Amino acid sequence: MNESKGKEDRMFKKLKAGFEGLKAGLARTHNAIMGGVEAAFTGKSREDILESLEESLILSDVGVTASTEIVDKLREVLAGRDEEKLRQHLRDSVYEMLKKVERPLEITSSPFVIMVLGVNGVGKTTTIGKLASRLSSEGRSVVLAAGDTFRAAAIEQLEGWGKRTGCPVIRQAQGGDPGAVVFDAMKAATARRADVVLLDTAGRLHTKANLMEELKKVQRVAGRELPGAPHENLLVLDASTGQNALSQARLFNEAVGVTGIALTKLDGTAKGGIIIAIARELGIPVRFVGVGEKVEDLKEFDAREFAEALI
Amino acid sequence: MGASRAVRRYSYQAKRAMFESLSDKFRKILKDVRGQGTLTESNVQAILKEVRLALLEADVNFTIVKDFVAAVKEKAMGKEVLESLSPGQQFTKIVYDELASLLGGEDAGLDLKGRPSVVMLVGLQGSGKTTTTAKLALHLKKKGRNPYIVPADLFRLAAVLQLKKLASDIRVDCFDSEPYSSPADICREAFRVAGLKGYDILLVDTAGRLHIDDALMTELRSMREILSPSEVLFVADSMTGQDAVNTAKGFNESIGITGVILTKFDGDARGGAALSMRVSTGRPIKFIGTGEKADALEVFHPSRLAGRILDMGDVLTLIEKAQATFDEKQAKELEKKIKRDEFTLEDFKEQLQQIKKLGSLDSILSMVPGFDAIRKSKDISVDEKELVRIEAIINSMTRGERQNPSVLNASRRQRIARGSGTRVQEVNKLMNQYADMRKMMKKLKKAGPMGLKGLFSRMS
Repeated sequence: MNESKGKEDRMFKKLKAGFEGLKAGLARTHNAIMGGVEAAFTGKSREDILESLEESLILSDVGVTASTEIVDKLREVLAGRDEEKLRQHLRDSVYEMLKKVERPLEITSSPFVIMVLGVNGVGKTTTIGKLASRLSSEGRSVVLAAGDTFRAAAIEQLEGWGKRTGCPVIRQAQGGDPGAVVFDAMKAATARRADVVLLDTAGRLHTKANLMEELKKVQRVAGRELPGAPHENLLVLDASTGQNALSQARLFNEAVGVTGIALTKLDGTAKGGIIIAIARELGIPVRFVGVGEKVEDLKEFDAREFAEALI
Repeated sequence: MGASRAVRRYSYQAKRAMFESLSDKFRKILKDVRGQGTLTESNVQAILKEVRLALLEADVNFTIVKDFVAAVKEKAMGKEVLESLSPGQQFTKIVYDELASLLGGEDAGLDLKGRPSVVMLVGLQGSGKTTTTAKLALHLKKKGRNPYIVPADLFRLAAVLQLKKLASDIRVDCFDSEPYSSPADICREAFRVAGLKGYDILLVDTAGRLHIDDALMTELRSMREILSPSEVLFVADSMTGQDAVNTAKGFNESIGITGVILTKFDGDARGGAALSMRVSTGRPIKFIGTGEKADALEVFHPSRLAGRILDMGDVLTLIEKAQATFDEKQAKELEKKIKRDEFTLEDFKEQLQQIKKLGSLDSILSMVPGFDAIRKSKDISVDEKELVRIEAIINSMTRGERQNPSVLNASRRQRIARGSGTRVQEVNKLMNQYADMRKMMKKLKKAGPMGLKGLFSRMS
């Protein structure tokens, strides 16, 4: 319905701008940090250098605790004072913190149910659209479930993605019970022998107890209709979110158990450094990163690449 | 059952998350600062470190934190401590005032000149522009205006439909954008229609975009040229991190914003991004979004946000209330009495009445930062009726008895218990408490000249 010409033009322009990929998407991040690091190495004292490195990390939303830890490690090896060594060490420190969460999503059963959750506006529906496109292109049959019955036109938004990717959408009316949508979706997925169900949920602030209870109910219904489901609770986090992302991860995890994270909107100037703090505290695998608006801009998370791009 | 327990656990944890950082740190440091006459280099340094950390954890931009801490240090150093405040409270007040002044004056309001006047909502993807457009329309409608909603987000799937639905929910007219293929066409046509139909405000929702996307920022500029809006409001997520400075600046430099609306303020984010945006653009924060419903939009109050960023409970309100309630003269007189060891039950009663003027005990205590946490861990309950009983007991005494409680023998105590509707045990308990209190006052007298105010400052 909104597949307008303006949008297509825009898409085309974007395509023309080139498939830059993750590295390019994170280039700004890289530059911002390197700017700081380079400034740091121009004839300053050791503590100045460390302070400025810490500043770079904090500015990337890494958070104070993790930043301090990284810089403290760095202080130990600073005796050598070789610029490239330091740089490599800082990269390695970040990589060390992130490699344990570099675990790609594995579809291990059929139908495999992925429940997508997060606060409002992080990009859940868009991530589902991109994921549907990715999984379909791998030859899997995908069913979309419109579990966001609260927000106006959320169902239509998902249906738009259904049309675009050729995936069927299970839906009820707006204002309906998300549990009923899940029930239908489980039935439909089993009947159609779908490989994957992507279950959209309404955005909710993690502090709203009643909405978290609703999420638990959705999870229960899925599990009752299809033992083991949902097989993946994918938390979508916005890279521009600051320290609050940690609180989001904590509370969603406590409510339903988060098994994977998708970090979106890394194509802006935000760094998404909070993912390091989340990895340290919760160790939840990071499955995907979003680096643009195109469907192919949802990439698998690569800890080495992320660390290289960050520093 | 299990569910309701879980609900309680959530809200408790959310609260705890907010509580743990600054208020606890402040309490610890204030303990050290208290009892010292002035703020010194070393105690200020220690607390400033904590302030810095707390602000960073609240997502205030690194550079702004640096400047802020420097400014506070300058103001705090060597300053004579106000007689009515302890150094700790004084310092807290300096930090708070500085924050509040950075956040700007009260109630910036909307500039709605022109007919129709135009308000554009711009921002990153997912910041909440569409929801906020509807909220703003309802806000203006309630003020007797005749707003017209214009959906101009042709990029996100179903964004136009979303706004149409929201508009019909709140019974505000909505321009039919669907036949048009470019935001510029929509703007031109909607503006024309608004003139014909007599709407006085156009609220234009725009597609989310990155501030570094030149093509899309150019599109916004052309929309602005067509509409000449009196307000270009930057809609931003209150959970935004360090990047808030870059995006707000980017939008401001590229299209010129007139104000900020902070969304999703009902979560547990401290909203330090607000400070970053305010300082880096110089534009006021005008509204905050506090829920998913259409009426969940509030006019922004800088002082409240300052309190929230610092997570101070309402300690300043408490200080102000106490200052207003405790009559300076009475306090001096009381001090004299305590010094001369003449603190009678009569005075005690007067004190109780003063405290009651502050509000219920529960509300007073909840203004003390961290008290809720203490209450939870130690299961303290405050019995308001206890105060009433104490007053009744004292009222049942003769004037002589109040002046000189040592005359209270068993039969007098029985009479008092009957008269006040209490039991002798309670009268005895009060007399013991009174004796303890006098002992404490003697000690206090030796300790220093702080008197009642010293007593009070020990409370927080």
